[in-house]
Amino acid sequence: MSELRLMKGNEVVAEAAIRCGCDAYFGYPITPQSEVMETLMELRPWETTGMVALQAESEIASINMVYGAASAGKRAMTSSSSPGVSLMAEGLSYLAGAELPCLVVNVSRGGPGLGTIQPSQADYFMATKGGGHGDFHLIVLAPSSVQEMHDFVFLAFDLAFKYRNPAMILADGVIGQMMEKVELHSPRPRCTDEELQKAVGSWAVTGKRHRSRNIITSVELDPAIHEKFNQKLQAKYAEIQEKEVRYEELLCDDAEYLIAAYGISARIGQKAVELLRAEGVKAGLFRPITLYPFPSKPMAARAGQLKGILCVELSAGQMIEDVRLAVGNCLPTAHFGRNGGIIHSPNEVVAALKKLKANCE
Amino acid sequence: MMNTEEIIKPENLVYAKSKTLTDAPMHYCPGCSHGTVHKILAEVIDDLGIQDKAVGIAPVGCAVMLYSYLDIDWVEAAHGRAPAVATGIKRTNPNLHVFAYQGDGDLAAIGTAEIVHACNRGENITIIFINNGIYGMTGGQMAPTTLLGMKTATTPQGRQADLNGYPFKALELMAQLPGVSYATRQAVHTPGAVRQAKRALKKAVEKAYAGKGTSFVEVVATCSSGWKLSPTEANRWMAENMLPFYPLGDLKDE
Amino acid sequence: MKEEIIIAGFGGQGVLSMGKILAYSGIMQNQEVTWMPSYGPEMRGGTANVTVILSDDRISSPIVHEFDTAIILNQQSLDKFEAAVKRGGLLLYDPNGITAPPARADVRVCRVAAAEEAAKMGNAKVFNMIVLGAFLKVKPVVKLENVVKGLQKSLPERVHSLIPMNEQAILRGMEIVEG
Repeated sequence: MSELRLMKGNEVVAEAAIRCGCDAYFGYPITPQSEVMETLMELRPWETTGMVALQAESEIASINMVYGAASAGKRAMTSSSSPGVSLMAEGLSYLAGAELPCLVVNVSRGGPGLGTIQPSQADYFMATKGGGHGDFHLIVLAPSSVQEMHDFVFLAFDLAFKYRNPAMILADGVIGQMMEKVELHSPRPRCTDEELQKAVGSWAVTGKRHRSRNIITSVELDPAIHEKFNQKLQAKYAEIQEKEVRYEELLCDDAEYLIAAYGISARIGQKAVELLRAEGVKAGLFRPITLYPFPSKPMAARAGQLKGILCVELSAGQMIEDVRLAVGNCLPTAHFGRNGGIIHSPNEVVAALKKLKANCE
Repeated sequence: MMNTEEIIKPENLVYAKSKTLTDAPMHYCPGCSHGTVHKILAEVIDDLGIQDKAVGIAPVGCAVMLYSYLDIDWVEAAHGRAPAVATGIKRTNPNLHVFAYQGDGDLAAIGTAEIVHACNRGENITIIFINNGIYGMTGGQMAPTTLLGMKTATTPQGRQADLNGYPFKALELMAQLPGVSYATRQAVHTPGAVRQAKRALKKAVEKAYAGKGTSFVEVVATCSSGWKLSPTEANRWMAENMLPFYPLGDLKDE
Repeated sequence: MKEEIIIAGFGGQGVLSMGKILAYSGIMQNQEVTWMPSYGPEMRGGTANVTVILSDDRISSPIVHEFDTAIILNQQSLDKFEAAVKRGGLLLYDPNGITAPPARADVRVCRVAAAEEAAKMGNAKVFNMIVLGAFLKVKPVVKLENVVKGLQKSLPERVHSLIPMNEQAILRGMEIVEG
């Protein structure tokens, strides 16, 4: 039974976690995402589904608690905002190195340093290029609505378990703080012990019982074995790139100019497209939903018809690097984005696209 | 004279390797205490019959390969994070026996926040804390527990309080926390001490599983390589220098 | 139908909750809605504002810089948002505390003495519902019955007994709005 509600992006993460059969949440308060844990503590899921919710002493502890619960095959998650996610870099690397599934939600804010609590999209590099030491990737989903904030909790866990890899929802302060209409999925029960044994018994630490022991580790001192392991990881990422690309195109069929944007910038970009179309400019919106794997191929497929691409991000220009890798040097690309916590207006995006257009024609 | 065939008959058995120990040769230096602590930990797991319900958290440090030696499920943690990892496992699997095995750098330096707060929450886990006053794996640098005057690779003139601060008494700190129900300091340098340490470890595991809160077992240990002493000299040096500052016995048993 | 609204005033005037009730009312009649507050330290400073968008179609940007309607409840907000009302749009304000009334001639300016009326009704808390009533009289973007449903959805059950009083306040706002 689904249900319609008006909810904040942060609140809906908590609701979706419970509904998707999550086993544990560990977190540490930080603006602008504290409502995630606050909502969980209000909802008291340990009394209904048996889900654990615990306030940890730090983001470092949170991610390591997630690592522990994930080691036992549980659906474990945390949420934080940019500076807190920096602290989780170590844990994320260990999770990826031990091939553990989990969900990390980053409701990002402006940096560097303590930065600002206002919205930002300056964590793209951190999220998509690893965000910790070693050759690894997170599966990164970028919601651009409260509904997607809800839906991607389910999707992220499914992908994380499918590939035994940490997944991240990279949101921003706007998506976290705003309320929208959201349709809540009907609840999915938590895995029973039997289901869990069947699904993850081959690797999870659940007490060795009638099998040989399982060991969760990322250490391997033999270079030859470690190289093989790294090759296996890369093969997994190649498969993810092949199968899990998600994106959305709006008014792209006849577009001469593309606005490439994710998250809140995609919403603002969509409005800019509406305004540009009203003025007769053939603009379209290309919205990556998976930031890793980046939708390079579908974007490249559009390149032939385009005169230019405007990347709109609440940053100094990060995703634009992947856009350029996707389309090569044959197409003019430009970045537009406010940062420091200022949110660009649709009109500013329109002006930036017109500037690009003037340079192209 | 009995021949070998007769000697190995079960009725002549006076000592056997515990079931929980694997056949992997340990990589520790001669005289290192880790091997003895592993042995008694394996015996405790055998005695309690919990091999199928035990999950250990291995540290970063000399015992990083600990999971090779005990035939139970293991998780390798990042440096200092074992108590948080143990928390994540135990909270989602209350039916498991969960213990974290940590050295002095792991527990008392880089992982101070994690150990303090796991103990303060009274997580129903067992902490085994190996204190040899030195960083063994990285080559003998100062640990938070290094004694004043003790020479290490990073205190070549000996630890000085004004420069390096004071030796850190982790057990005394943890024993004050209401979440900790059992806090004891043991050693494994004599047969008697080994038997005593094993009894303490068994009690610790039982109490944690019974939901009494955190059990914290410190083992004052030797590092003959790091201390640059022979195994017997290391045992003697430990008894004469470490034990007066880190006295053995129960600090708390509630 | 699409209505882009800014509601701005002091914290404590019920700015955010008025927006929430309006958004919930929209959901009750199958509209798409967004509710985007200002957040952070500026909230603590005393002013609060929220952008509410109601639409029959998918809403693109929840952040807009021009509005169909501005509901203004203090002078600072008037200074900040008067120029942001679209030509032909609506500027609804409570004259209480306003020292420099709106001067735009290209928008419809309406007044509702909600603070004064709430004081007369002996309940300062219904202030924002009087304002909401005034707005819905001028622009009936949601039906009153759906507002009541929205109230039921957005208020905890223990205060559902207060809904009729809120409904009264909305009706009163509809009566006293001027301009």
